[in-house]
Amino acid sequence: MRITLTSVLVDDQAKALAFYTDVLGFSVKHNIPMGEHAWLTVVSPQDADGVELVLEPDSHPAAQPFKAALVEDGIPFTSFSVDDVEAEHDRLVGLGVRFTQPPTSMGPVTTAVLDDTCGNLIQIMAMNPA
Amino acid sequence: MGDVFKALADPTRRAILDELTERDGQTLFELCARLATKHQLASSRQAVSQHIDVLVDAGLVRTRREGRYKFHHVETEPLQHLADRWLRPHKKDPA
Repeated sequence: MRITLTSVLVDDQAKALAFYTDVLGFSVKHNIPMGEHAWLTVVSPQDADGVELVLEPDSHPAAQPFKAALVEDGIPFTSFSVDDVEAEHDRLVGLGVRFTQPPTSMGPVTTAVLDDTCGNLIQIMAMNPA
Repeated sequence: MGDVFKALADPTRRAILDELTERDGQTLFELCARLATKHQLASSRQAVSQHIDVLVDAGLVRTRREGRYKFHHVETEPLQHLADRWLRPHKKDPA
């Protein structure tokens, strides 16, 4: 058994596609129309054969209150690894991204939390130098 | 208004104020992460939330909603009253 997919629940797939590619910098792996929605996945250009992130519609009625409760408390839906949290934070702020937590050293890691504009907070993280 | 001394009598609540003093305007998530990683406090998110409620009742923390987010801010005014009462009584107007 292998983990090949993970997902975020997005409020609009077209908006999510733009944010996750143009802003975060991921590449489209699959974009297959499936009725009302699409099977839409992105990958990191640093790992094109790696884990795919599914940009999955949050259309189930339970999804929206769940997401809103997480956002209110500042809790990220998922986390991505970066080489340098400060540099990535500065790059994304320059692109207009809203952070709810600036880069902060938390024990062994440095983390920051951003808004994906699709109803989620996303954490970026890097291990601190030993 | 809750008791300021009671609010300050708990080490977790003092740590919350320490962290908000270091960076004001944090989400519950950031506060919990700071308490866990910097203070080795293993409180649940719900327990931290209850500690924050006590600090809010005592006027030491204020919550601010901004869009869909909720941030926590330290409020030092109740401490100012304590200083005025005992450290600077000469500055106090006659009651």
